Amino acid sequence: MKIGDLTELAIRNLREAILRNSLTTLGVAVGVASLVAMLSLGVGLQQFASQRLASSGLFNAIFVASRYNARDEGRPSRQTPPAQSSIPPRPLDESARQEIAQLPNVSEVYPEIRFMTEVRYADKPYPTMVAGMPDSAHTDGAFDGMQGKFFSGSSADEAILQIEFAKELSTQPSSLIGKDLILRYAERQALPGRNGKAAQSSAAGSNKNSAGAGFSVVPHEKRLRIVGIVSTEPEGGFGGFGRSRVFIPLALAETLSATQVNDLRDVLNGSNKTRSYGSLTVRVKSPTLVPPVEAAIKNMGFTTFSLLDTTRNLRLFFTVIDLLLGIFGSLALVVATLGIVNTLVMAILERRREIGVFKALGADDRDIKQLFFAEAGVMGLVGGIAGVALGWLIGKGINLGTDIYLSRKNLPPVNICAVPLWLALGVIVFAIAVSLVAGLYPASRAARLNPVEALRYE
Amino acid sequence: MPARIKKLGASPARSTIEGLGMSSGDNGFAIHADNVSRHYQMGAALIRAIDDVSLQVRPGEFLALLGSSGSGKSTLLNLLAGLDRPTSGAIIVRGRNLAEMDTHELARYRSLTVGMVFQAFNLLPRMTLEENVELPLRLAEVERADRASRVREALEHVHLEKRLAHRPSELSGGEQQRAALARALVNRPTILLADEPTGNLDSATGEEIMLLLKNFNQSMGMTIVMVTHEHPLAERFADRIATVADGKLISVTAKSSSGAHS
Repeated sequence: MKIGDLTELAIRNLREAILRNSLTTLGVAVGVASLVAMLSLGVGLQQFASQRLASSGLFNAIFVASRYNARDEGRPSRQTPPAQSSIPPRPLDESARQEIAQLPNVSEVYPEIRFMTEVRYADKPYPTMVAGMPDSAHTDGAFDGMQGKFFSGSSADEAILQIEFAKELSTQPSSLIGKDLILRYAERQALPGRNGKAAQSSAAGSNKNSAGAGFSVVPHEKRLRIVGIVSTEPEGGFGGFGRSRVFIPLALAETLSATQVNDLRDVLNGSNKTRSYGSLTVRVKSPTLVPPVEAAIKNMGFTTFSLLDTTRNLRLFFTVIDLLLGIFGSLALVVATLGIVNTLVMAILERRREIGVFKALGADDRDIKQLFFAEAGVMGLVGGIAGVALGWLIGKGINLGTDIYLSRKNLPPVNICAVPLWLALGVIVFAIAVSLVAGLYPASRAARLNPVEALRYE
Repeated sequence: MPARIKKLGASPARSTIEGLGMSSGDNGFAIHADNVSRHYQMGAALIRAIDDVSLQVRPGEFLALLGSSGSGKSTLLNLLAGLDRPTSGAIIVRGRNLAEMDTHELARYRSLTVGMVFQAFNLLPRMTLEENVELPLRLAEVERADRASRVREALEHVHLEKRLAHRPSELSGGEQQRAALARALVNRPTILLADEPTGNLDSATGEEIMLLLKNFNQSMGMTIVMVTHEHPLAERFADRIATVADGKLISVTAKSSSGAHS
């Protein structure tokens, strides 16, 4: 029989016992809804975690450090692969920064500048860490949802505060926007060389940064205007020392020439004539382009780190979570398929004579089998679509409930349930497949009916 | 199936028929049944529903299978229809032995070569007349565009073309049987098998159906095998009468002669 006729007859048969078939289909819908709700929770949580990580701007970033390391001086870094140990280590200075910036698919290279300061506000001291933020931080999502605005320029005398720090400064953090604070920091100033001149060529293009014969540390102050408050922690915790709680434009941070931890390493190394960077952050155009760029930087003699391995593990974790949620969600669908088996077996009993007539008129065993398969498939399709809609509504309900709860805790709303198109379509296909499996036994039993006995059946 | 035939012991005559293979083994007959048996095992008892029956039906012939209830005539008809398989023996139609066909081939045979009408009409109550008559066309995978005209044509043959949209429950018994006849005709089979077609009808309506059958037989040259227990009906309309009793063919009588020959 042609597929069009098969479908038409299947739908006609299902319509004839509309109540029973509707209830069976509803059972499938509930099963599918349960599966969708479970999986949407897994997918939503994964998306939420990914977004939070992505907002840190780390996924398309490679962190580059010199293989000179104060701790591991004189021996290769533990993270250096054997194949690269033959490449001599290089200082991570301005020339290296320029060289890395020339690599294909690199969109931005900037140093990590973090330094200890004392913030003075309302004549009170608040020791904390300051970090320089590149312009790209504005667009990569790291400052999404912030109060106030991003820096007006790459060298603007402005600061953005982390919310927890802002709370230390004022019980009403939002009132800080537009007010000034004083940044007290230790400026590095190069000492003259033996010939009485400071060394030329520096990382930031200023003779203040030249290593020369050493450097002196001079206290300095800088008045900054608070322009925003951010609730997330951009690049929080990455870089090896402490979280930054005050953010200033990167170009401004470079001109401040504040003393950093790696300055001490430069003095200890003694071999470098110019100031080196503690680390560089390399932004790549796309996360998929991270591996080749990372390999190229390693071949230049630096150690690198990216979050690719971390994300792989994250994906594995959520795959396992999805699998477990899927198994629990499928249980209801399995029960629903028993309903399909029951309905179709009942249909065989009721339509025994009809099956006999079909066979007498030329129906093959395969036609009968396909007819029952089609009926099971239609129930799976309708139940699948209805179930996805129901599951989507449940997800929306969970999101709504979560948002209400979070808003009471003064936390921003999040979507912990998500039903992407692939999930909706995949579950519908799965529901059809499971329904067809459920139709296997009844279809086979119907096809095996002896036509003579079936025609005799009253 | 051939293995089962051998197990029960094939007669020399059957061997000859099997030897005819796929060619014109019917010797010009529309149906050639040779030493056909259909036995059932019920517990320890062996029921011989049909026992060693040989029968030939000529093309365009109207044959009545006459017998009392339980004589085996319907069983024989089911064997000729390919709804059942003989325990032994051969049924040759168009050079093919039904006993050797697989289920798919038998389905094609039932779809295209034979049409069937039943005592209980067996129209599907949920379908309209048009849909009932269209069903064999669906099963034969006839193009949708051709179906409507063929359904109408079949219903015109039985004068029901104005009842297309009616359901069987809205028709009289005679009309239902006429609709069943239209359904049997719609695939243009060469053989019509009728199992007590007037059994559920009053005599006037029964006669109407018999006249239709006779008309198909004469105007279309259709071979008809009709099961009946009404001797006068068989005597009046059939060309020959084959009488079945206790699963055996006891006589085949030509309408014009009074003697029996097998």
